[in-house]
Amino acid sequence: MRKVYLDNAATTPLLPEVREAMMPYLGDVFGNPSSLHDWGDGAREAIETARAQVAGLIGAKAEEIIFTGSGTEANNLAVKGLALAQQAKGKHVVVSAIEHFSVLHSAKTLEKWGFEVSEVPVDKYGVVNPEDVPRSLRKDTVLVSIMQANGEVGTIEPIAEIAKITRERGIPFHTDGVATAGTIPVNVGELGVDALSLAGNQFYGPKGVGALWVRKGVRIIPLLDGGIQEGGRRAGTENVPVIVGLGKAAELAQTDVTKRVKRLTPLRDRLLKELSGKIEHLVVTGHPQHRLPGHASFCVEFIEGESMLMLLNSQGIAVSSGSACTSRALKASHVLIAMGIPHELAQGSILFTLGIDNTAEDIDYVLETMPPIVDRLRQMSPLYSKFTKSGKGGK
Amino acid sequence: MPVYSDKVMDHFMNPRNVGEIENPDGVGEVGNPVCGDMMTFHIRVKDNRLEDVKFKTFGCGAAIAVSSMVSEMAKGKTLEEAKKITPKSVADELEGLPKQKFHCSNLGAQALNKAIQDYLSKKKTKGGKER
Repeated sequence: MRKVYLDNAATTPLLPEVREAMMPYLGDVFGNPSSLHDWGDGAREAIETARAQVAGLIGAKAEEIIFTGSGTEANNLAVKGLALAQQAKGKHVVVSAIEHFSVLHSAKTLEKWGFEVSEVPVDKYGVVNPEDVPRSLRKDTVLVSIMQANGEVGTIEPIAEIAKITRERGIPFHTDGVATAGTIPVNVGELGVDALSLAGNQFYGPKGVGALWVRKGVRIIPLLDGGIQEGGRRAGTENVPVIVGLGKAAELAQTDVTKRVKRLTPLRDRLLKELSGKIEHLVVTGHPQHRLPGHASFCVEFIEGESMLMLLNSQGIAVSSGSACTSRALKASHVLIAMGIPHELAQGSILFTLGIDNTAEDIDYVLETMPPIVDRLRQMSPLYSKFTKSGKGGK
Repeated sequence: MPVYSDKVMDHFMNPRNVGEIENPDGVGEVGNPVCGDMMTFHIRVKDNRLEDVKFKTFGCGAAIAVSSMVSEMAKGKTLEEAKKITPKSVADELEGLPKQKFHCSNLGAQALNKAIQDYLSKKKTKGGKER
């Protein structure tokens, strides 16, 4: 059976070059980067190389990069650490309604610590309107955190425009770049933000490693107390092999990102267009143009996402869903709900995220496999039979 | 993906008794699509036995497997026997359901029961006439 991995938003595969780069640090070069002998030197040089590589990917300075254990940790450090550093000035934080839980739940924690949080809404495409941002800003606002792109619906946000507003008022602006760094060209100077999170497993690097870029001069309070690793901003002995892997993946992405975007975009567009042509009552979620290159997301009416996911898996196709049933919390995706998609329709969420290994043949296979699966589940669906009997179905 | 038992996977991949019955003797519907699961059961009763049971389900893999299993367990049983089918006995027959799925997706027994109640109340109003 053909195997087609279309869940690159969950994690990308590890590039062989990245694995090779990591290998020495799982072997002979085992030193602690803080040690002052040759063993330590080898490890320290490796993470400093990685730091420069990650900085290069986003147009930053090496010393502004803090390595973390994941994108989630980078977001936690940004939201809590930047807000805490400014709390003498005020205790108000602004986030968008569609942030990843690592941002939203960090904001919730800030609320428990006495901060107030405002949520900026999104439109039906999941876009934050920059004009809505000033309305949420107050005199005591000390942080704005709005993601650069949403991993569930693929929408890319107008970050540079929002940054102009926050910069005028001197409010630090963090953007979650986990879905974008290494996936589309990202330059922190052009964006005009003050902090950006990224994660290795989103661009063919290892899992369990991320980074937070914080503009020089912007204060941040560390979340972990201990030694003075990472310039005193993230204590704990560095995970050298995965940091090296992140660096290598960043270097490769910096060279290849434009090529990757050019290759994935037509495949994505074909999937969006042709699947919509083959399946009735299918809604594309996210912005039709301003979206991540490999990202095709839909809501299928009358059926539920997990059962679609399972049937696609039985045909060798790996996808994701934002339905309540696929989430451990049994809640429909807060992203889809924030976009005004009814709960019922959000249950039919399905998400194809392409990666550099995918081919036109993979798309052919999805286009041929998906319609009968939808048909089969609709034949089983009481919602669909009600719909057809109501006379609206025309079938 | 949730860890489903082989039995759940079998009933999900090859659901038994999917469909509707024309002029059913009883209909039971539970759940709602907002929560993620909705099931409709149709029954045909003859001589106090469930001669036929059909279902339609909107929901996850577990919800579909549960419906299929309930339909299989109920078919051929007397109404009294069928009423004894519980979420627990369905989950047991399916060799277990993931914990978080037990409550939301395990509505099949309830839907079947509603269909039986529907039949019984219709029978009452028709003056005890049985097909």
